[in-house]
Amino acid sequence: MRAYLTLVRRELGGFFISLTGYVIIASVLLLLGFSFTGMLSSLNNDPHGVVAPLTELFYGTFYFWLILLLTAPVITMRSFAFEKWSGTYETLMTTPVKDWQVVLAKFTGTMLFYILTWLPLFGCIAVVRYLTREPTVLDPWTTTSTFFGIALIGCLYMSMGCFASALTRSQIIAAMISFVIGLGLFVLSLRSLVPAPSADWAAKVFSYISLVEHMEDFARGFVDTRHIVFYLSLTVLFLFLTLKVVESRRWK
Amino acid sequence: MSNGLIIEVENLTKRYAGHPAIDGLTFSVGRGEIVGFLGPNGAGKSTTMRILACFMPASSGTARVAGLDVFTQADEVRRRIGYMPENNPLHLDMRVREYLKFRARLKGLGIGRSRERVDVVMQQCGLTEVSRRIIGHLSKGYRQRVGLADALAHEPELIILDEPTIGLDPHQIRSVRQLIKDLARHHTVLLSSHILSEVEMTCNRVLIMNQGKILAADTTRNLQNIMSDGGQVIAEIAAPVAELRACWEQMGEIEYFDISPSEGEYLRCALTPRSGLDLRPLVFEQVRARGWELRELSRAQHSLEDIFVHITRPDREEEAR
Repeated sequence: MRAYLTLVRRELGGFFISLTGYVIIASVLLLLGFSFTGMLSSLNNDPHGVVAPLTELFYGTFYFWLILLLTAPVITMRSFAFEKWSGTYETLMTTPVKDWQVVLAKFTGTMLFYILTWLPLFGCIAVVRYLTREPTVLDPWTTTSTFFGIALIGCLYMSMGCFASALTRSQIIAAMISFVIGLGLFVLSLRSLVPAPSADWAAKVFSYISLVEHMEDFARGFVDTRHIVFYLSLTVLFLFLTLKVVESRRWK
Repeated sequence: MSNGLIIEVENLTKRYAGHPAIDGLTFSVGRGEIVGFLGPNGAGKSTTMRILACFMPASSGTARVAGLDVFTQADEVRRRIGYMPENNPLHLDMRVREYLKFRARLKGLGIGRSRERVDVVMQQCGLTEVSRRIIGHLSKGYRQRVGLADALAHEPELIILDEPTIGLDPHQIRSVRQLIKDLARHHTVLLSSHILSEVEMTCNRVLIMNQGKILAADTTRNLQNIMSDGGQVIAEIAAPVAELRACWEQMGEIEYFDISPSEGEYLRCALTPRSGLDLRPLVFEQVRARGWELRELSRAQHSLEDIFVHITRPDREEEAR
């Protein structure tokens, strides 16, 4: 436990000691700003026609997916790849630390940082609320469930990123692998929207794995256990794969 | 351990894609020794050290540290080892003190204990005045000390240092070397190097490796003695050439000799004995009997470099076949 906490602290600290963390936060802020202005202009165009919760309006802009798809690889790429490249992986792995502690600490560190980058969204929402003084626009339940959804989807993308990073010594390759897996999963969920699947079972499968539909539900305030199971099980799967990659060094 | 051995390695083999990096190594290291691994690049020194430090497993064979198997009891072994890998990788973005504390905590030391130990090792390695500097801004010599301090932080029984002085300037090498010598009072040290003089100066026992095998394992002094069997004696004597020549010719113990002029009236005689005996007393006897002046009398000591070149010479292997 002590080693785990030490590693999480180091992992999170690594973002702020170097410039990376600030650059990521700044870029996310920029994209959030764009989506915020988009949200505001749609409110201005038809202030009385807005019935959907604000969170859904936010989520409806494509910026959300852009942020997710772009930042996840960048946040996770250094977790293992940089340590392998610089050689500190060897000093780390020759301390009495368990492999699963390392994997879990890397995941926790990136996850905490991911959540941190999303916090400004609260600020955006609070501004709208302050200016409109309209309680229906923003209710605490949908905000909470939206953040819950963002965190869940983040779990999946961070674990995928850690897995990709564990595979290679190069941060660029790690980022590309996790971007491709992440984009693939996202495109699969679009596919269910664009050409309607012919078979009944196919439609069901696609809707089950559709990230877009999941987020739609979360933004509306529906917290569906099926979605939770989907994200958590995939996260566990990727963390398990990461652990196996880390352990493979010690296979005979 | 009752037998006083800290490292016991038997038939250790590691293959990379079919090629053996180390091939059936067997050796042991006793407590309190400073042992040097010596060999050209690619001899298998780093591989052996990585296996001992539980970074990767061997393909076959066993290795024990303090009686514990490095594969099945890796965690216990890691607690007893301070390991500094090749090129000394560090988190360059951290400060010295911060890094050492981070490492001490990783190695399982509590908050108070790690603070205490970090202060001690910084003192020991001369890092106190740079404790707040960022490691990336330090000179290579200081970075090497940070690596050493890290290896010492949890008071390990065994310290494994892979090429500890590589890339340092002569002053830095000297100070790191002194540091290693100081460590030896309380720890067992296993270090590797391809710099011969270094091993010669710091270690009391040498394992010479080449192509994954140990070619020689002995104390530096014994290795020198083996080599200086039949060692030449150099004598600088002031005497007429003809007399010198006559004298050496009539001495049965001298196989052949060579006389060359030195500064002033002195002549430099290089005398090779017939059997492995020491010529020095005999030469001195002659000089005294004839009333010559003698200003130097020495037996050529073979440096580890000669031994190394002799042992790792490619044609030696062919001879063996």
